[in-house]
Amino acid sequence: MTKHQHDFQPSTNSQPLLEIHDLRTYFFTRDGTVKAVDGVSLTVERGQIHGLVGESGCGKSMTAMSILRLVDKPGRIVSGEVLFKGEDLLKKTRHEMTAIRGKQISVIFQEPKSSLNPVLRVGTQLIEVLRIHEGKQRTIKRKDAVEQLRSVGIPDPDRRVENYPHEMSGGMAQRVMIAMGMACAPDLLIADEPTTALDVTIQAQVLDLIRKLRDEHEMGVILITHDMGIVAEMADIVTVMYAGTAVEEAPTVELFETPLHPYTQGLIASIPVMGQVKERLEVIPGNVPNLIDMPPGCRFAPRCKARIEHGLTRCEVEEPHMIEAKPNHFVRCWLYEGES
Amino acid sequence: MASYLARRLTLAIPVLLGILFVTFSLTRLLPGDPCRSALGEKATDEICDAFNDRYGLNDPIYEQFRIYISDVLHGNLGESLKFGRPVTELMVERLPVTLELSFFAMLFAVTVGIPLGVISAYYHNSSIDVGTMIWANIGVSMPVFWLGLMLSYVFGVVLKDTPFWLPPTGRLTAGQSIEPFYVAWGLNVDGDALTLPGFIANINTLNALLVRDWDGFVDAFKHMVLPAIAVGTIPLSIIARMTRSSLLEVLGLNYIRTARAKGVREMGVVVKHGLRNALLPVVTIIGLSLGSLLSGAVLTETVFGLSGVGRILYDSITGRDYTVVQAFTLIIAVFFVFINLIVDALYAYLDPRIRLE
Repeated sequence: MTKHQHDFQPSTNSQPLLEIHDLRTYFFTRDGTVKAVDGVSLTVERGQIHGLVGESGCGKSMTAMSILRLVDKPGRIVSGEVLFKGEDLLKKTRHEMTAIRGKQISVIFQEPKSSLNPVLRVGTQLIEVLRIHEGKQRTIKRKDAVEQLRSVGIPDPDRRVENYPHEMSGGMAQRVMIAMGMACAPDLLIADEPTTALDVTIQAQVLDLIRKLRDEHEMGVILITHDMGIVAEMADIVTVMYAGTAVEEAPTVELFETPLHPYTQGLIASIPVMGQVKERLEVIPGNVPNLIDMPPGCRFAPRCKARIEHGLTRCEVEEPHMIEAKPNHFVRCWLYEGES
Repeated sequence: MASYLARRLTLAIPVLLGILFVTFSLTRLLPGDPCRSALGEKATDEICDAFNDRYGLNDPIYEQFRIYISDVLHGNLGESLKFGRPVTELMVERLPVTLELSFFAMLFAVTVGIPLGVISAYYHNSSIDVGTMIWANIGVSMPVFWLGLMLSYVFGVVLKDTPFWLPPTGRLTAGQSIEPFYVAWGLNVDGDALTLPGFIANINTLNALLVRDWDGFVDAFKHMVLPAIAVGTIPLSIIARMTRSSLLEVLGLNYIRTARAKGVREMGVVVKHGLRNALLPVVTIIGLSLGSLLSGAVLTETVFGLSGVGRILYDSITGRDYTVVQAFTLIIAVFFVFINLIVDALYAYLDPRIRLE
């Protein structure tokens, strides 16, 4: 699992590519306030793949959309800082944000076929990104689009550039999405469940491609997934999210070897291991809490076995803080608070 | 694409035959006597017998139908029972009025309705959106004849002697005439050969453009403005509402998120990525509205003193003028088929996924 690990050295002297501080994105609905992202902090360095894992609805995608300020109504980013190359994206004007999207930060979405416009040729959609950001209206031609398609390994790009999305397979469409994301050589790529809708063999190809492009362009990647296997394979550093907040952050090897948070432990235990026969797969009992009526205290407390084993009482009353339990290993759990 | 349209065209043949059969039977099922409708209550039985004999109305129904079909296939639509003139002549007079009116009404409805719908969707749930939709709902529920009367009153009477005055009735100012294009071009046509040129020349605005008579064009156009607004308001409101709801639906889809993430400006997202996808249902509505406009608007034509299809159809039905009813119904059906064909072609143009099927 570590053979592809990138030799990542955190740079201490220069500023990180992306720093999120205490980001909160709430949805104001009739039924109440949905705290989709509730105090997430994370850092992405250049050339680093930062995995963001958690169950569906834990706020992974909303964190990504908040970085780009593409939160749909009734959602709103209520507080926090998103420092991209030292500048707070939340303070940019709308105009400045459109200039950043697709150029410096781009996204690959989960369902490639529905993420491409069905009535425009893929070539047209590719050229559009270049025209918006490179500003060379006339000089950008079909051949640039063909080049982009070739660079993501699409066979016969000369013909494919004329295709409509419905004429492509899912894997092919995802390559087009990646080509679109990479067209302007962004500094940060957000891959939101890029392989969830794809076959396993295609998954590997797409992940390889993302890794290769990362190596070539030294860009930072935020890889959002619920698949612990993909995280283990791809990420340099992992943030585990639960119910809108980050509960643990550690370098990948460290996280898989010594997961600290009971939720992370549960996630890792639930990965089936090849060759190991089990009566039943491990599951974490209970459900993700309702994001409107969040339990007071630790959000994981109602499902937490460790809480009972250790006889902790304050879990249900007081929310734990994100602390550095070990060097570079952060966790939000009462089990470790006071130890460091 | 061509074969697709050819197939659709072939399918239109049984549709038109069916229409012929239905209108033929329905006109004959109507109670009433064409002879006395045409010649008056005092017509004697001998006169009516001669009348019926002349128009073949004494033949058995199936024989009448056979003759009728054969005539239609030979391009002969017959003679009006009431006016004693060939129906084609009546069409050359009446159809251009309705065509012109429908064209301008639809132009008005589309050029105003679609942008209104887009603006409404763009400013979704804002006061602009609410305001636009309130007006659209008023537009849908407005009685056309009342709107027509109000428009002619305001623009024809209240604003008289101001630059905003618009003629409330007729097709051209009295004394104004536009030279038919075939005369101006020195074409030597008369008799049956005159049917098509006469038809085109009777579309005043088009004829004025062909002969470059700008004063005539402006005059003819001014006469069209009020009736076009009157009959265009309902389609406009429907188009605006349909554009809005269809666009709002599309704007929630994944590829719109992609467009935003690519850095496309919001207007570009709505118009380039959203609108084209949202247009399919709107095109359907436009086609249907245009079809119903072409079948004439009796009330509007009456209010604005226009002699179009609506009035002649109404008069011929009440007057049991079988041939006129049949001929005009047939031509309206042809329009419908033709419009549907265009709508289908537009579908395929707008959405490449349809081209494959």
